[in-house]
Amino acid sequence: MITGFAITIVACSLLTAVWSFVLSARNREPSKALLGGLAAVELLLVVQLIIGVVLLIGGERPGSIATYLAYLIGCLLVLPVGTVWALAERSRSSTAVLGITCVAIPVMVLRLNEVWSGATA
Amino acid sequence: MAQPPKTASGPGRVLVAVYAIFALAATSRAGVQIATKFHEAPVAYLLSALAAVIYVLATVGLARSGETAWRVALASCTVELLGVLTVGTLSIFDSAAFPQATVWSVYGQGYLFIPLVLPVIGLLWLRRTAPRTQNPIDRPVG
Repeated sequence: MITGFAITIVACSLLTAVWSFVLSARNREPSKALLGGLAAVELLLVVQLIIGVVLLIGGERPGSIATYLAYLIGCLLVLPVGTVWALAERSRSSTAVLGITCVAIPVMVLRLNEVWSGATA
Repeated sequence: MAQPPKTASGPGRVLVAVYAIFALAATSRAGVQIATKFHEAPVAYLLSALAAVIYVLATVGLARSGETAWRVALASCTVELLGVLTVGTLSIFDSAAFPQATVWSVYGQGYLFIPLVLPVIGLLWLRRTAPRTQNPIDRPVG
């Protein structure tokens, strides 16, 4: 994996998480700008999937291909599912839900990189 | 009239989101552990699977409204708290029995102790959203 790109994703999702929690603390519903921020993180995750698959085709091997692909694809689902759940009832809590989903992304990206550098599960 | 509990409203939505993430993480982790290296530590991996089932049940119980869902959530949060306390204590004093990490090892240390805090918050939230008993005294007069 390209470490710099992983760090970019972690930084962007943490920034979006902080932004969500600040908005939630100020009693705001999710704004269009915040949802745009989430969309940007999701876009980075799609690029990460493409890079990951290209590296696999190029012959590089992670600790476990199944786990690696599960993380690559699984982390694409978190933000959309979280956003649907958040927007089903709009309140300051929705904004906090978006923040929580953004915190989950760095964890998954870190695990993904551990698997890439040899961890098996 | 008994009010059906709405556990998935307001702050409850945040709780459901955290539970859902843990359900996803625990289920996939247990799945991989059991599929690839079950023989290494069967007890620990079966506990991982049990934890996964409990997180899924708690998520569903909290996300749905109604008295049955409330009871499912109450049962799973209770088992979850007992589980994290038991496994947490055992993993410290009898580490030979838990050679591989589970979600609940050392009270969920590997997960920032969230597994220890989560059931407590869950139980407090369930107390606030408890279904009202159908007691005539509770009914408004007039």
